[in-house]
Formats: sequence, C-alpha cells, structure tokens
Amino acid sequence: MQKLLLLGDEAIAQGAIDGGISGFYAYPGTPSTEIMEFVQHSKEAKEKGIPCVWSANEKTAMESAIGMSYAGKRAMAQMKHVGLNVAADAFVNASITGVNGGLIVVAADDPSMHSSQNEQDSRFYGDFALIPVLEPSNQQEAYEMAYNGFEISEKYNVPVLLRVTTRLAHSRAGVETSDKKTQREMSLPKDPRQFVLLPAIARRNYKRLLEMQASIKQASNESKYNKYIDGADKKTGIVACGIAYNYLMENFDGNCPHPVVKISQYPIPENHLRKLRSECESILVLEDGYPLVEKELRGFFNEGITINGRLNGVLPRDGELNPNIVAKALNLPFGEGEAIPEIVKNRPPSLCMGCGHRDVYNAMNEALIPYGDGRVFSDIGCYTLGALPPFNAINSCVDMGASITMAIGAADAGLVPAVAVIGDSTFTHSGMTGLLDAVIKNSPIVVIISDNSTTGMTGGQASAAKGRIVNICKGLGVDPDHIRVLNPLRKNHAENMAIIQEELAYNGLSVVIPQRECIQTAIKTKKAALKS
Amino acid sequence: MKTDIILAGVGGQGILTIAATIGMAAVNKNLYLKQAEVHGMSQRGGDVQSNLRISDKPIYSDLIAKGSADIILSVEPMEALRYLPYLRKGGYVITNIVPFNNIPDYPDTETIMNRINELPDKIALDADQIAKDTGNARASNIVMLGAAAPFLGLSIEELEGGIKSLFGRKGEEVVEMNIKALHAGYDFAKSKM
Ligand SMILES: Cc1ncc(C[n+]2csc(CCOP(=O)(O)OP(=O)(O)O)c2C)c(N)n1
Ligand code: SF4
Repeated sequence: MQKLLLLGDEAIAQGAIDGGISGFYAYPGTPSTEIMEFVQHSKEAKEKGIPCVWSANEKTAMESAIGMSYAGKRAMAQMKHVGLNVAADAFVNASITGVNGGLIVVAADDPSMHSSQNEQDSRFYGDFALIPVLEPSNQQEAYEMAYNGFEISEKYNVPVLLRVTTRLAHSRAGVETSDKKTQREMSLPKDPRQFVLLPAIARRNYKRLLEMQASIKQASNESKYNKYIDGADKKTGIVACGIAYNYLMENFDGNCPHPVVKISQYPIPENHLRKLRSECESILVLEDGYPLVEKELRGFFNEGITINGRLNGVLPRDGELNPNIVAKALNLPFGEGEAIPEIVKNRPPSLCMGCGHRDVYNAMNEALIPYGDGRVFSDIGCYTLGALPPFNAINSCVDMGASITMAIGAADAGLVPAVAVIGDSTFTHSGMTGLLDAVIKNSPIVVIISDNSTTGMTGGQASAAKGRIVNICKGLGVDPDHIRVLNPLRKNHAENMAIIQEELAYNGLSVVIPQRECIQTAIKTKKAALKS
Repeated sequence: MKTDIILAGVGGQGILTIAATIGMAAVNKNLYLKQAEVHGMSQRGGDVQSNLRISDKPIYSDLIAKGSADIILSVEPMEALRYLPYLRKGGYVITNIVPFNNIPDYPDTETIMNRINELPDKIALDADQIAKDTGNARASNIVMLGAAAPFLGLSIEELEGGIKSLFGRKGEEVVEMNIKALHAGYDFAKSKM
C-alpha cells in the first residue's frame, strides 16, 4: 500500500493501471484530460506498454476501447461530458454487445460550465444504456472504482460508466493504492457472434441485458459505495450523491443529525431509499448535475411525501453544488465574508499575446468589411475567444465540427459567402466529414483552418492534424488552386488579408490554412530542447 | 489544526506552484489535504483560484465555504479582493501589490491599494521587487508563500522541506534560491506583524 497525492483524474488513471488495464483511449476535454496525461507520463504504463495515444475524437476512442474489450483485455475510454454525445452511438450499442474484457467509460461532467458549452449530466446516459454507473465522492473512491470497475463490467457483461464532475476531477488528495492486478491475456469472445448486432442477434443480446437488470440493481443495493447512515432527526432524510455527500458532511463536521443515504453506484439503491422513505417525514436530494435521483424518487414514492431538491427550487436548478448551497437548503446558518468590492472587474479569458489566431482574425475581419457582419461560423478551441472584444469576429460556436457544416447550410439559405473558422484538432475531430459535404456541393464558403499544430484550449496535447491538413484537404477533393496556406504574422497582414479577400470573391469552396505554432507549445518545446 | 486557503491570481501566473509547495509540506507532515484547482478555459489569462485545505483530521469538501477561509493568498492585488466573500472574520489577506493588467477597464492602482489598506488584517508586499532583490526575479510566487508562512499552521522549516521535495530534481542551486525567496517573504511578513 502506497499513499499518493493525486487529482481525481489521476486517481482514476492509477486505479485503472493497478486494476490490470491494457489500453486507454481518449480525446482531450476539460475536465477529463488529466487522466490520459497522467498515463502518458507514467513510467509504469510505459514499461507495461499500455497504449495511451490520443484518438482523433471520442467516437474513435470509444470504438477502439470496445475493440480491446472484444479481444479479451481491459480497456478504458475517457472523455468530457459532451464527448459522450459524439461517442453515444458506440456507447449505447456497447451495452447491447456486452463486453469480453472489462470496459470502463469515464465521462467527466462540468456543472456550472467552467469550460463547457452545457452542463449535461452523463448519469442519464448510463440509465439510457441500462448499465451500472459509478460516481465517486472522493479521490480514494475514484481510485477504487477504476480499480474494481473492470470486474463489475466483466461480471455483468456490460460497460461501466464512471462519472465524475469538475471538482473531483481537478482536486488533489491523498490516495492509498492497492496491489497490482495482472493484465488479461488476449482471448476471443466465447460467442463469436456476440459483437455482431444484426437484428436477430441484437434482440437476443438486448433480452440478456434486460434480464441482467435485476442483478445490476441488486449490486447497487449491496454496493459498499452506497450506504444508509442513521441519524436521530427524522424530520428530514437526506440523499447525497457523489461529491454532494462531502458538502453535506462539511456542514456537520462529519456528524449529520439526519438519516443519510449516500449514493455512489447506480441504478439507485432501492433498499436504502425505501428505508429512508419509511422513517422520514420529508426527503432532501443533493446531487451535482441534473435532478436524476430526485425525478426517480418523485415517481418511485408517488405517495405524497415531500421531496425537496432542484425541481421544487429548494436547491438551484442549475450550477454545481457547494457547501453554502447545501447549508441554505438545510436552513443552517452560514457566515459570508464581505461582498466583492465594486472596483473588482471581470477578467475574462483571452487569446495569448502573440497568438496566431489574433492575426487570423485581424486579416479576416478586414477582408469581410465589404460583406457586412453575421457570416462567420466558428467552432470550439482557443479561437472561440475571438467572439469577445476586441475581435467580435465570430457568430457561432455550437459543437465540435459545426463551423463548416453550419456554413454550408447558411450558404444554401443565401448567406454567401459564408465563412467557417475551425482549429486543426477540431478539423480532424469532426471537420473532415463536413468538408467532404462542402466538396460534393461545391459550397460557396471559405473554410479557415487556423492551424497551430496543437490542441491549444485543453493545454497543448498532440494534434492528429499536425502536418497533414493540406493533404487531407486535397484528398477530400478540394481544388488545390483554392487551398491557400499562409503565415499569420503581423508583418504579413496585408498579404493575408488579400488572400482571404480573393477567396471570399470566389464562388465555390476555398480552404485557407494559416499555419503558425501556438506560442505556448512553442515555448514548451524550446524549454525542453534547452534541457536536453 | 485546520487551515483553509484561497490562492488567487491570473491564469499563467503560476499559483499552482505555491499550492504544490504547501501540499508537499503538508503531506510530508502526514496532514490531510484537499486542493481544488482550476484547469481549462480560464487558464488563458482569466481569473483563477485554487482552494487549498489542510488539516490533521479528514477533510470532506473540496471547496471552501463562503465566510470560512483563513487566508486569501493572492499574487495580484485586484484578484485578492475578488474572494473577500470567502474570508472569515479575522482571516488574513496576503497579497502581491504588482497589478497584472490585461483588461481594458482595470481600475487604477491607487483605488485598489486604498481598498486593500482598508482591510483589517492584511500583508501587502511588492513580491516582484523582493524576488529581484534576492537575485531570482522569477521567484515572486515563493516570496508570496513566505509572506503567508506565519499563518499557514506549517513551520518555515516544514515549508523548506516542501521546496526541497518539489524542486529537488532541479538541483541544489534551484532549491537554495527558492529557500532564499521564501525567507525574504517570511521576514517581510514578520516585520509587519
Ligand atoms: C466533443 C468535445 N470534445 C472535446 C471538447 C474539448 N475541447 C474544446 S476545444 C478543444 C480543442 C481545440 O483544439 P484546436 O481545434 O486545435 O484549437 P486550439 O485550441 O488549438 O486553437 C477541445 C478538445 C469539446 N468542447 N467538445
Ligand atoms: S494557448 Fe496557444 S492557441 Fe491558445 S491562445 Fe495561447 S497561443 Fe493561442
């Protein structure tokens, strides 16, 4: 047993390594990124030859993990919550195929949207796919759930969803590790058609999944992560899910006077909840994310008991929980310090000084003056900060890859020329298929692939696009005369502006590729070079 | 003992080095620790904070409740003020006075300093200058850590141990320079108490 100081994300990575994993598959996304980064820096993972290269997107990551499971070994796919939307097709179907080697899917949710475009709750995906969901309340549980999750997956023949939220993912605490398990040998599934989801087989597999539900529920009832903790004050019983349990205990210094059901494994543990229902006059549900448990309880207990939570306004409907919100819901007094002085101004994030995206926007904005505002569709990455002053350069950011395809639709509607601005990593994540659509229709759009050779927004991970973009565009069929590579530097402003102007005037598909390395990764590379 | 610390600054200023040093010292002493960091979007020049909690008893919440922080340790003066709702009565604000001005409406320095000077319990210092004086301009973070040292519930020797654990790999010289910076901050704080 060893004690390590780990982020929640790192605890998951170490737990999986110690639990006998043979492959990690992921695309970066806050707050999940540090799982893969930890593995990539782990000597142990290197010695064991555990694959840990970034995938092109979450769907390819998920499918690779399913492939490893097919071949009998333990695998993990990690992503941020919206990444699970991208991987959803594979994810949901993996519960129908079942597994061979254990399969854990980690979804890192971001309530309060610290770095995301929504705060969707991945537990619903677990419910939807009819599989067990694990939601650690602290770093130690995160470790253990990754360590033991493969066996749960193998036992019930389903993937397991491990759901964390930003606070746990990015908070550090001491973690005790367990003995290392050995990796599994490669082995084919016993049933050679298990993974062939033809309707006849899928129907059979689905029945098996439905039959398994009773055991999966029983596992929740018996799980050591779910607990009934008695308390004398039965006026209110409390259900605390995941890290909400900590906020509750924080308020009572570890001794809650009310009966508490702690939930860290789903489906909900009906045994504990029935007991709480029978002993208490009302129930308060604390959960970080959407009111999933609260909704279930309202249906489950449809017997007139008062259930307090996010749905009736006792807790805020959106945003992450914290100790103060929990205190308020329990009518506990809490002190608040002085208000924030009025002189304190907002400090929004912004593009780094010297960032190439700045030069791209300066050139593009000027080239677009004759056409007027409202025609730039963008995407997700550092360049999304171009929406803010002083650039005010873009008009959309919806989901990864949407820039090119939205520009196609808008151009079809008559907004010509329409412009798409997308980063290199986002382009290979999900822009390439959209560009193929544009090639086929010869859409009158200008696609600007602002290529900084990295995945900047999430901290500079390797980009699958590096050195490949021009050839990808040619291969997809973009007319080479309208593939324009430029160097986004201030001294090239006039020239770059003129190139964009020319392509805006062309009534067909153009791709403009400004190429200059992200200055943050450039500094890192330089430092590393100096060292060696 | 239990100390709840809010570390504040601007993305890129490196408050996590301070957190890591305190964390190392706490772990070396077998204390419990929870440290919630901000990663992602706001690291691009936005305001960032880290909630650091150390205690000799198990800690539940990763977040510090409003009105309960013992210390706000900020490497930027306006950022120190942003977290006042978290400070408990009698808690200390320890802040660098060198502004990081990356927004168009940054208030003038005098307004900020006046507000900081109104705080009952504070230590305000020019950590950049003090770091320069010790011969290591890049160590202003460690100077700030030194200035907070009297309030952390960790001894200066224990913090030195944290520096050794954290910087040890980089060689003796780096360790020595940081320990010098630590003491410079510490001496400044002591002289104001
Ligand atoms: C489906 C999905 N996966 C991951 C993310 C997280 N994410 C946001 S931006 C980004 C990468 C951007 O890289 P790139 O397109 O190269 O632009 P840069 O930040 O380098 O400018 C990632 C991975 C997300 N928002 N959505
Ligand atoms: S991290 Fe790189 S891509 Fe992002 S704003 Fe800074 S320089 Fe630009």
